[in-house]
Amino acid sequence: MDVRAQISMVFHLDKCIGCHTCSVACKNIWTDRKGAEYQWWNNVETKPGTGYPGKWEDQEIYKGGWEREGAGSIQLKGAGKAKGLANIFHNPHLPSVEDYYEPFTYNYLNLIEAPPGDDQPTARPVSLITGKPIDVKMGPNWDDDLGGSPDYARNDPNLEALTPAEREAMFQLERMAFFYLPRICNHCLNPGCVASCPSGAIYKRGEDGIVLINQKVCRAWRMCVTACPYKKSYYNWHSGKSEKCLLCYPRLEAGHAPACMHSCVGRIRYLGVLLYDADRIQRAASAPDGEITRAHLDLILDPFDDQVIAAAQRNGVPDSTLKSAQNSPTYKFVKQWGMALPLHPEFRTLPMLFYVPPLLPVMASVTQTDGAQKERLNPIAKTWTDDWLYDTSTEELWGTIEQARFPLKYLASLFSGGDEKAVAQPLKKLMAVRIYRRWKTVGDIDESRVDEVLKDTGLSRDSAEAVYYLTALAKFQDRFVIPPAHREQALEMLEFTGDTRGSQGFGFLERPERGA
Amino acid sequence: MALPYVAAILFLVGTIQRYRATGFKVSSLSSQFLEGRRLFWASVPFHFGILVVFAGHLVAFLVPSGILAWNSNPVRLLVLQITAWAFGLSVLVGLVGLLARRLTEPRVRMVTTPMDLVIEILLLVQTGLGLYIGYAHRWGSSWFAADLSPYLWSLVKLDPQITAVSAMPHVIQLHIVNAFVIFAIFPFTRLVHILVAPFHYLNRPYQRVIWNWDRAAIRSPKTAWSATRPRNN
Ligand code: SF4
Ligand code: SF4
Repeated sequence: MDVRAQISMVFHLDKCIGCHTCSVACKNIWTDRKGAEYQWWNNVETKPGTGYPGKWEDQEIYKGGWEREGAGSIQLKGAGKAKGLANIFHNPHLPSVEDYYEPFTYNYLNLIEAPPGDDQPTARPVSLITGKPIDVKMGPNWDDDLGGSPDYARNDPNLEALTPAEREAMFQLERMAFFYLPRICNHCLNPGCVASCPSGAIYKRGEDGIVLINQKVCRAWRMCVTACPYKKSYYNWHSGKSEKCLLCYPRLEAGHAPACMHSCVGRIRYLGVLLYDADRIQRAASAPDGEITRAHLDLILDPFDDQVIAAAQRNGVPDSTLKSAQNSPTYKFVKQWGMALPLHPEFRTLPMLFYVPPLLPVMASVTQTDGAQKERLNPIAKTWTDDWLYDTSTEELWGTIEQARFPLKYLASLFSGGDEKAVAQPLKKLMAVRIYRRWKTVGDIDESRVDEVLKDTGLSRDSAEAVYYLTALAKFQDRFVIPPAHREQALEMLEFTGDTRGSQGFGFLERPERGA
Repeated sequence: MALPYVAAILFLVGTIQRYRATGFKVSSLSSQFLEGRRLFWASVPFHFGILVVFAGHLVAFLVPSGILAWNSNPVRLLVLQITAWAFGLSVLVGLVGLLARRLTEPRVRMVTTPMDLVIEILLLVQTGLGLYIGYAHRWGSSWFAADLSPYLWSLVKLDPQITAVSAMPHVIQLHIVNAFVIFAIFPFTRLVHILVAPFHYLNRPYQRVIWNWDRAAIRSPKTAWSATRPRNN
């Protein structure tokens, strides 16, 4: 057992309001530079939708992630030693700027400086690459809130899992629903980006598992962009270096939450330490298709187990980190309650960002009624207009989950590699907590029903209460349990960084500029 | 006369200095992200072509006797010459493509430095001369091995023997001079990415984990861990 610590994240999708505050916070700190304008280390997508870059989930196009071969070993799909070096002069799977969008600004000065004339002056969009006026065709959140559904939502690669009839049902106007999917780098345990880098510039930090690109060693072979199935490694076209989310490690080392998490309006984000067994990474990453999620979650160790603690101490994991692991909100969501799942585990990079799948659109259904029917409905149901029924009934315990507006298959395609049972579980738990709380606060549900649902999902009343607390009331310190960085021991962190503010990376004495 | 030495010194000192002072800037500076389709038809023929052509020159320089022995059979000589010329042509096609792309793609122009154009034009001249020489002054592989290789070795031995070279046609002299010029400005161009070609990728494990400090040592009061540098910077 090789116990290591990983700073991991949980995003509670039920709570995301799609405000993009996280993206803007990140942009302002890290990617407000030439060559990085198009990079959104944190982006928020509307699902169903094609996302950013367009159709990133479709690995037939982008060739990201790992592939399991017959013998059970895994290979990078579009990179690796042979493929990477053979394609080094031209990488056929590299997304180009059009796949993201051409960064642009507006010629605001024209509004002030235009000479007097008959027409109102306008601020035309200009490309941030060439400086020339362009027709803006695409933006990082062009498909927000199902805008342009025929082009975006209907081309969501996850719809492949559904039958044509199910697909049509999803896009009926009355049944339309969507949710937001905020994404950052997953700081994977088996990162494709690290494995694909010919220069060896990308590495995982042993102490906290953050995956970083050493800007000095990166030589623009751009294989990481292909190999990351989440498209979270970006090529800076100006500096000739690749860049990615660094989980705000300078903030973490100072005890602050990453900027996207700190600023999150919906308070959907949780951050904490998970202990994992590094010896089993390879086996988990090469698990057969159906078992990959379980193998992944099995890597995560119980921080209260004496053997785990002893092994961690032998490995040099500081006691303070162990303590953080025991208080970790991510451990609670992922392991203790089993409510959070990795995004696209079938890419086999073992992502360490987990999502609580969204329940919200499932809770209510809208049906047309003949006004008279109202009288016969159970007391919890509400009417919307005279003929439309907005039904939030919780009487049907799990029926609402199976008849969700998002077919379970769709969520399974996102969060469990197609395993519907695996996504149904967290959804049922979310529902159970609601039923429990409704019994407690509104009181229109039978106590026996509550006990039944809790028993069915394996939650105790205490844990339901704890889920409720961490979901709805959690304070800053509950949501972000950041292990002390031990700056006194970590020399890298002692380097003075004030002189390189506003530039790229840390620890430089040289101005990070483009070469000749 | 002194040019080869100036070139060699500039190459060595320039490269070391560049790497030490501005190591950050050593990058292949790929522009594929901005334009990928035309790049394929230019970059691939150029790179594979120049790898073969450069290797050919290197072999003729290092083991001239081997080349001469191979060339003793006319069929083999012809095969060698034609292969070399074909790869030279591939370099030319690639270079023309690269230069045209650089000048006509608005996005790629934005990331073009004057030095990029200088080096591309020098390489173009060099390739054009090489192809002309290969065609007009046969058989290059033999006379290179017989006459130029000794000249280059005399340079290495710090005892330049230029008689053979000064008797050669002007195009060949120009080719040689241009070669030294390219070497001389090498450190100041994007060509430096050749020196960081990632062969070490082949013999490293796929995953890389770096510890800021030695976890075992740090817990032991006996080790002077504080004297060690972090390994990731
Ligand atoms: S999400 Fe992508 S960039 Fe981040 S660690 Fe995983 S493979 Fe690398
Ligand atoms: S800030 Fe929070 S709530 Fe807003 S979009 Fe980002 S993740 Fe969602």
